[in-house]
Amino acid sequence: MTNSTAISARDICLTFQTNDGPVHALKDVSLDIAPGEFVSFIGPSGCGKTTFLRVIADLEKPTSGSITVNGQDPETARKSRAYGYVFQHAGLFPWRSIAQNIKLPLEIMGYSKEEQEERSQAVLKLVDLEGFGGKFPWQLSGGMQQRASIARALSFDADILLMDEPFGALDEIVRDHLNEQLLALWRRTQKTIGFVTHSIPEAVYLSTKIVVMSPRPGRITDVIDSTLPAERPLEIRDTPEFIALSHRVRQGLRGGHDDLEL
Amino acid sequence: MMTWSYRPWVNRLGYRYGPVIVVALVIFALWYLASIALNANWAFDKAKRQGITLSPVELVQDTWSQDKPRLPVPHQVAQEIWKTTAQKKITSKRSLIFHSWVTMSSTMLGFVFGVGLGVGLAVLIVYFRVVDMSVMPWIIASQAIPILAIAPMIIVILNSVGISGLVPKAIISAYLSFFPVVVGMVKGLRSPDQIELDQMRTWNASSAHTFWKLRLPNSVPYLFASLKIAMAASLVGAIVGELPTGAVAGLGARLLAGSYYGQTIQIWSALIMAAILAAVLVNIIGVAQSITLKRMGFVS
Repeated sequence: MTNSTAISARDICLTFQTNDGPVHALKDVSLDIAPGEFVSFIGPSGCGKTTFLRVIADLEKPTSGSITVNGQDPETARKSRAYGYVFQHAGLFPWRSIAQNIKLPLEIMGYSKEEQEERSQAVLKLVDLEGFGGKFPWQLSGGMQQRASIARALSFDADILLMDEPFGALDEIVRDHLNEQLLALWRRTQKTIGFVTHSIPEAVYLSTKIVVMSPRPGRITDVIDSTLPAERPLEIRDTPEFIALSHRVRQGLRGGHDDLEL
Repeated sequence: MMTWSYRPWVNRLGYRYGPVIVVALVIFALWYLASIALNANWAFDKAKRQGITLSPVELVQDTWSQDKPRLPVPHQVAQEIWKTTAQKKITSKRSLIFHSWVTMSSTMLGFVFGVGLGVGLAVLIVYFRVVDMSVMPWIIASQAIPILAIAPMIIVILNSVGISGLVPKAIISAYLSFFPVVVGMVKGLRSPDQIELDQMRTWNASSAHTFWKLRLPNSVPYLFASLKIAMAASLVGAIVGELPTGAVAGLGARLLAGSYYGQTIQIWSALIMAAILAAVLVNIIGVAQSITLKRMGFVS
């Protein structure tokens, strides 16, 4: 594998055995993600978008098919800390301050005390939480907690950032703000981002590539390369181009993915 | 709603302590009444032998002031406790403080044994499925055996190998107190949800890291809940341990001596003392619990 793909999946199938029979969470999913891309996975519940992210992260093993992450198999990639993962809930430990929470993966990875301090300061700055390191999670709003959790995922400087509906539980105003910040952060850090969402505007606003998925069995129905410029103020959402992209995503979600009228 | 905004502080105190006070008063009233009913026979017997009849007032006076009543009244017990605590030297064999101290030392030692054993077993159960399958049934069975049946055996066996004094009693305490700790800690160590475990996995955390940084801190609220039960159980164990040995010191020994000589007031004062001791020890854990949980951010 060359460095031209960050993530490369070929014919991934994943079947869960349940009491009600097998569930086809993923069927024949193939996708290439280049380094530095911002890829959104969108689709209704049960379409396998989270499962696919978990396959990339080696939290699930595919039943068949092959996948490489940074040119390695997912387990090797996970063990070499190729990615940071942001869950829907911030998952900060209440008994640790924000800075201590951010240092947690660094402690586990054996960074020196000085480096832990340095890195936690740096990522706090990156997510606009300077000066909040000494606070405890309950002292922060939901949006700030989620930013802290992003900071934690960034702290060990993995190339890939996997985000599973990180803003799903937040209200729309906070969400808009965090989306803007996330874009700025992505431009600055040049990370490859995999982002699971339910929201069409969020997917279109953030992504360079939008992967539309469908349930039963979970599969990719459309892959849309964004035509939006890299520089994206929030107002871009009122432009015809944005609306056309949103329309195409919506069509894809309805299963009418061969209707490419823009 | 008006009453809440009006003098809320006073109202909240009343709200909190009112029911407790009412219940205490009802218990005292029933206690005094029950004393009359239970001690009346002896009062009538005495009166009959002396050939006198008792007026209702004399009857009540007599039932509330007998030397060896079937049920002593609260003020008799209170007087006895006062006499045997404040008015006796702590080193005296008749001092309840001395006896409480003896019982408390084996309670504490047994508590430490029990908590250590309980936490250790819980870790093994959570990390080794084999231990979970093989040891857990025995742990449950151990608590189905009446402690009164097994306590003398423990004392006799340990005595025969030359262990006597504090340790056998502490082992009986530990026998009772390790159980709630095992149950609570197993639950606590298993309390992190899948997302938190996945998170550790994404960082390629070792199981030692997952234990020290996630499972153990997460189990602290469960641990404290267990510690309270374990402390009370440990005290019961210490008292039970003092009963079959003919121990000369400790609240259990006071209970036993009281029952030999029909000293009901002494029995009740030892019982009340045991209850006070339990309340104090459990409350100390309660205070440590609220401070710790607050500091750990479990309650804000």
